[in-house]
Amino acid sequence: MQSLLFEGSAWINEIQIFPRISFTMQAGSWTCMLGPSGVGKTTILRLIAGLESEIVLDGSIVLKEGGRLSGQISLMSQTDNLLPWLSATENVLLGNRLRGEKPDFDKANELIKKVGLTEHRKKRPYALSGGQRQRVALARTLMEERPIVLLDEPFSALDARVRAEMQELAAQHLQGKTILLVTHDPAEAARLGERILVLSVNGIKDVCPPAGGIIRAYDEQTVLACQGQLLRLLREEE
Amino acid sequence: MKLFLRLILVTVALFLFWHFLVVFADLPKFILPSPLLVMQTFVSNFSLILKHAVVTGSEILVGLLAGTVLGSVTAICLAISPAARTIVRPMMVLSQALPVFALAPLLTLWLGYGLWPKILMALLIIYFPVTSSFFDGLMNTPKGMLDLSRVMNGNPWRIMLNLRIPAAVPGLASGLRLAAVYAPIGAIIGEWVGASEGLGYLMLLANGRAKIDLMFAALIVLVVMTLILHWSIDRLGNSLTAKMSP
Repeated sequence: MQSLLFEGSAWINEIQIFPRISFTMQAGSWTCMLGPSGVGKTTILRLIAGLESEIVLDGSIVLKEGGRLSGQISLMSQTDNLLPWLSATENVLLGNRLRGEKPDFDKANELIKKVGLTEHRKKRPYALSGGQRQRVALARTLMEERPIVLLDEPFSALDARVRAEMQELAAQHLQGKTILLVTHDPAEAARLGERILVLSVNGIKDVCPPAGGIIRAYDEQTVLACQGQLLRLLREEE
Repeated sequence: MKLFLRLILVTVALFLFWHFLVVFADLPKFILPSPLLVMQTFVSNFSLILKHAVVTGSEILVGLLAGTVLGSVTAICLAISPAARTIVRPMMVLSQALPVFALAPLLTLWLGYGLWPKILMALLIIYFPVTSSFFDGLMNTPKGMLDLSRVMNGNPWRIMLNLRIPAAVPGLASGLRLAAVYAPIGAIIGEWVGASEGLGYLMLLANGRAKIDLMFAALIVLVVMTLILHWSIDRLGNSLTAKMSP
């Protein structure tokens, strides 16, 4: 398990994207980051993933236990990014294929079973529903076996019922991984956050998460209260 | 099927118009022969026309194949190397300012009267559309998928092979549709400049001897060949595009 320390401000040319902030993603737990659109949540995630080429971080991103970041991270976004010409199983095996490794079909099929898609494993993405596609994306993320998982609003395009299901499935299967979930949904943060950060133009604010382990029931009093508090905070920040 | 029916209808209407034009305007057959005469000439000269059609057909096909391979390889090299882009792209644009037709006499001078200058003409004329449409496709891989493959530490060549090329197939297909129409033009121009066989040669020969009916028969065969080629490539492109699209 790996903890990740993020510290610094982001710049594009001479323009500041966000001021100096710092936070830790605790090993093996869910860190949820909330904030209004355009405040730089996704930028933070892309900086950690090493995907930013134009925005520069004046600061550092390091693993507490040491070692390189590359190869430790997997990514899941709002768009499932499944390759349309591959079946569900082949999509799960994409990492193997792109790195030139021998595809581990047994493991892929096991993960497909875990996310409940055994019947659909030979289908191509167009034949799957939005929720099913995100399940394939989750299986693909799990297939990578990376200790750090970055989630960029992965459930925001799903309808409420499927979203709740996916949150539960993700909480169950991503257990033990160090997770950063970027979301604009206070309810999601209140359900899943073991640490909740609210990002605004002024910096980052640590909000005390509801008591109890995750995943929390959506109708629990403390969860609802936290949701209300987060929403208030978001509105104040704007 | 509906398209096929429409095509037949349009063709029949065109032939009728042509026929009545000849009849009512009382045009001599060395200016515009009637479609019936053209058809008779076609039947009586079938083996002659076929022989020349095979030559032109092979020039077109080989040119198309070679141009596609060369164009695709260029597009992939350009897509993978920024250095190649800065050097080769301006050269490609410059080469487009040069009329390919003007090269035909040179090619004949250098390569003789055989198949090669014609194949090279067909190749040159389709090289740019194939390269440029495939290159555009390669540079427009969905960003999310590219990000994902980078986080997965994918090997650049494998990303090219497994992600960027399949995602660019619709682009390549639209380039090939253009190529299917351009390649015959290249081959015919090549034949006009200097050849001893091929439909272009036959047309010039027939024209010179006022055998306009034979010229028309050869022309119609060329049109039909081009249409079949375009149709097959269109079908192939559509089915590949459908396979690669969400």
